[in-house]
Amino acid sequence: MSVTPKSPTNPFGPPALGNLPWVTATCGLVLLALWWASAEFRWVPPLFLPGPVKVFQTFLSLNNGDVTGGTLVEHAAASLGRVVFAFVLAALTAIPIGLSMGVSRLVRSALDPIIEFYRPLPPLAYLPLTVIWFGIGETQKLVLLTLAIFAPLALSARAGVRSVAIEQLHAAYSMGASRRQVFFHVILPAALPDILTGMRIGLGFGWSTLVAAEMVAAQQGLGQMVLNASSFLRTDIMVVGIVVIGAIAYSFDLAMRWLEIRLVPWKGRT
Amino acid sequence: MTTLDVDNLSVRFTSPDGQDVQALGGVSFSMSDGQFWVALGASGCGKTTMLNSIAGFLRPTAGEVRLNGKSIAGPGADRGVVFQKHALFPWLNVAENVEFALRMRGISKKERRERAMETLSLVGLEEFSSHPVYQLSGGMQQRVGVARALASDPDVLLMDEPLGALDAFTREAMQELLLKIWDKTRKMVFFITHSVEEAVFLGSHLLVFSPRPGRIVHRAELDFCRRYLEQGDARAVKSHPDFIRVREDVLQAVHVSHA
Repeated sequence: MSVTPKSPTNPFGPPALGNLPWVTATCGLVLLALWWASAEFRWVPPLFLPGPVKVFQTFLSLNNGDVTGGTLVEHAAASLGRVVFAFVLAALTAIPIGLSMGVSRLVRSALDPIIEFYRPLPPLAYLPLTVIWFGIGETQKLVLLTLAIFAPLALSARAGVRSVAIEQLHAAYSMGASRRQVFFHVILPAALPDILTGMRIGLGFGWSTLVAAEMVAAQQGLGQMVLNASSFLRTDIMVVGIVVIGAIAYSFDLAMRWLEIRLVPWKGRT
Repeated sequence: MTTLDVDNLSVRFTSPDGQDVQALGGVSFSMSDGQFWVALGASGCGKTTMLNSIAGFLRPTAGEVRLNGKSIAGPGADRGVVFQKHALFPWLNVAENVEFALRMRGISKKERRERAMETLSLVGLEEFSSHPVYQLSGGMQQRVGVARALASDPDVLLMDEPLGALDAFTREAMQELLLKIWDKTRKMVFFITHSVEEAVFLGSHLLVFSPRPGRIVHRAELDFCRRYLEQGDARAVKSHPDFIRVREDVLQAVHVSHA
């Protein structure tokens, strides 16, 4: 494979430099046109893939909720509510615990094996167990999601502690800071970029786990809506659900990136 | 009258690969008011260990450091430290960095801002008080570091190769700035470098260190810093035959000690 020159003025620049917006736009439009044509000219039966016009109409009409056990907004609100609640719960526990693991040998030695063991487990592997323990209600979903978000967040908070430079610690002590002040005024802000990265990863993790969990057992939620639509062969509703799930995940990520620029503008620049 | 006495200081530690290292082997010297002490030597001869002991970051194996007669047990605001790099807080702007020590002491926002601005004017950075530190050049960042160490009005300024990461032109300008600040504040300074020319130019007192174990192999009292402060022309001082002769003598002493 050949490497294309980067730009007329910097022909030997790094390979991952710059974007071509018109290529991105063209690609998207071509894909949309193919989708439209496949439905319009019946290349694919509508049962397998309804066209974009049909999907958009379904999206608009999903507010009566007769097929799916609730309106689209209700499903989305249920899913969002779960993920946000679990995220807050995980953040309130994982960040202090991760920071303690970072600064205390005792806490680190005690918790490291536990977190390192369950972190690589796919949440769907222990989902059946949470169903037996907590039933199929909200508690079970909250437990599952909190666990899924907890591990990456705790580990990033712990890693964040290590990103404080020894010079920064020494400088603070030699300016008369107490150990407590060093923690709150130096270690915590130094760990913030890593904590935000962990939040971003955790949120993505939580969202994907949630949709899967809702497909197993739920009254409401986007995952449930997609699954329920499949039993009625309503492919159009399924596509709407998938697009909405993707759109929400993408907005989460954009919001976290915006937060990163606002809160830790120094990230990667020191 | 402030004094700093280093009394028969030895530091021994176990390196990460399990070897017993004698970083400092019985070093003694005494500093007092208005003196600029420079520690010169190649890497690994205990200069930074020396500074860390004075700052209180590590405990000596034997001997002690006394500030105004009192033995040093840990770090404190009576000893300001300037590092080579990575020591500023990027989440704070220039003035907030300089205010840090005052904030830790609970001094009111208004008063600490006033004092920060005074200190910043000493290093010529008043105009940059609200800038983020990560947007400043290396030389300006070091000036913030100096202002920050001075803001708590310490008895002694400890500087660990503060100019080591700067380009040659900025470095010379910073040397002159440091001497002017020293002249104005009359603080004791303990300054580490491995540039012979920098050591001879800045120091009123010079210590040449040799490695394994770190000890002082050569001492000298110098007056080139005062010549500069009187004449105001650094290049004229540095190109004077006296300066060149002393520089070569010191270089000789370093070579002998490392042979």
